[in-house]
Amino acid sequence: MPGLDDLYREVILDHYRSPRNQGELETPPAVRTEGFNPLCGDEVIVFVDVDDNNVITDIAIGGQGCSISQASASMMSAAIKGASIGEARQFISAFKGLMSIHEGELGGDGSEAEMGIDADVADVGDIRLGDLEALKGVVKFPVRIKCATLSWNTLAQALDEAASDT
Amino acid sequence: MSIPADIKRDFPVLQQQVHDKPLIYLDSGNTSQKPQAVIDAMNEYYETTNANVHRGSYDLAVRATEALEGARAKVARFINAPATNEVVFTKNATEAFNLIARSWGAANLGPGDAVVISEMEHHANIVPWHMLSAEKGFELRWIPVTPDGHLDLRDLDTLLEGAKLVSVTAMSNVLGTLNDIPRLAEAAHGAGALLAVDGSQYVPHVPTDVQAMGADFLIFTGHKMLGPMGIGVLWACADLLEAMPPFLGGGEMILNVTKEGFTTTEIPWKFEAGTPMVAEAVGLGAAIDYLNNLGMDNVRAHEIELTDYALRTLNERYGDKIVIHGPQVASERGGVLSFVYGEPDMRVHPHDIAQVLDQAGVCVRAGHHCAKPLLQTMNVPATSRASVYVYNDESDIDALAEALEASSDIFAF
Repeated sequence: MPGLDDLYREVILDHYRSPRNQGELETPPAVRTEGFNPLCGDEVIVFVDVDDNNVITDIAIGGQGCSISQASASMMSAAIKGASIGEARQFISAFKGLMSIHEGELGGDGSEAEMGIDADVADVGDIRLGDLEALKGVVKFPVRIKCATLSWNTLAQALDEAASDT
Repeated sequence: MSIPADIKRDFPVLQQQVHDKPLIYLDSGNTSQKPQAVIDAMNEYYETTNANVHRGSYDLAVRATEALEGARAKVARFINAPATNEVVFTKNATEAFNLIARSWGAANLGPGDAVVISEMEHHANIVPWHMLSAEKGFELRWIPVTPDGHLDLRDLDTLLEGAKLVSVTAMSNVLGTLNDIPRLAEAAHGAGALLAVDGSQYVPHVPTDVQAMGADFLIFTGHKMLGPMGIGVLWACADLLEAMPPFLGGGEMILNVTKEGFTTTEIPWKFEAGTPMVAEAVGLGAAIDYLNNLGMDNVRAHEIELTDYALRTLNERYGDKIVIHGPQVASERGGVLSFVYGEPDMRVHPHDIAQVLDQAGVCVRAGHHCAKPLLQTMNVPATSRASVYVYNDESDIDALAEALEASSDIFAF
């Protein structure tokens, strides 16, 4: 039976207590996107600055949420700052794979599992999930998966907007 | 007479352990647990009586029809309705609100009209009006909520100008606030408006008399009052129901159907298109028997006692680490306790609290409780909510208080 230690890993609590890249960016040039978790009312705001070479030069996170959603957003911001849009998208699918493969095992649709993403290893293609792997325990608590993926879905939307702007 | 000390024995679901701990169920504001008597009544119906109602001429169908209509009579007596045919069965309270909006609202509301609701409404009493307002062009007005969790009625007269309907909750599902329904009825009627009352949190917990309330519509749901999910109630006086157009169309609700059109049958069946939820009605009837056997006065007295114990226990133990929203006097409120917890400058998020409590076997709800406008007014994104019912006792509150401590350990800074 999963215990709270599986969920609240120290690195997660660290990001929750000291969130990275918290705040706002000026829009424009930054793109601002909001995401909601209708289940619990959590809200995340993602700001991304993308330069002419499609590199994410800056990212900021606003909004409010539980430890899992806040930590996930913080780790995400640290992981993709300085990455290209393409790399960030790889990060997004790697992370969502980490969440959804287990969702599939738990009776979810498993759609991304069918895409062949092997989430049980920390390296997905060229992507190193690093600290983000700590969030793997979330899949043992299915209700919390949406908390963990909220900022990533919002980032995906922000990147679509940023890409269409350039 | 009071609530029996061994009442938990009547509720099979409470006889289990989760995470190796006894299940402590504190989410009855969300849905209540069911006594064995309700489960048995529904099983017995399917084992002995099941047939479609209002159309079979054989004995079994007659008994099934009697089971459905007998349950309706129990509901009518439970709320002191003047007549049994004023009780309409719906799927739930949400459907009952949609019925009022789509039937009465669509026929009576247009540009220049207003519907007045309050900031402490459940989404079920908000969204149907948003939807209808977009089509019909009437104005949706809001009675504000004061910082201490009461309706702010100072500008009520202005709010009621041109209003055709006032629709408010008798008891807030977030704050526990009991609203002064007779006063609102008088004000609404004085302004020429009808009053709809959301009794979802009230009817299960407080002796209810629709005639004393002065309401024109009363809405509540079976699953919050020891009955099954899948049955709700809309009560309205017969004249009003007669004048309202039908809601859903189909079988059961017609008198005649031709290629050219149809005529509706009499109330309440005019509003009950299709095969109804007979077993659920039987279950609701059994729940009402169970509550009547306890005595609704005892149910309310037990709730006040337990709410008072919870307020004292949590406030004394946690001081400024806990803020319990809503009225602070138990007799002025219901047994739903929304709270934020943690250091004053850094509260633990309700989702995390619910997770930690679950590990201790304690079930509470975390989130916006389907009342986002209220949480916006309260300026909190979410709360944790513990809510009690007849089967809870002081040991459940003690378990909650103890389990909260663990979230301090995990989220301490």
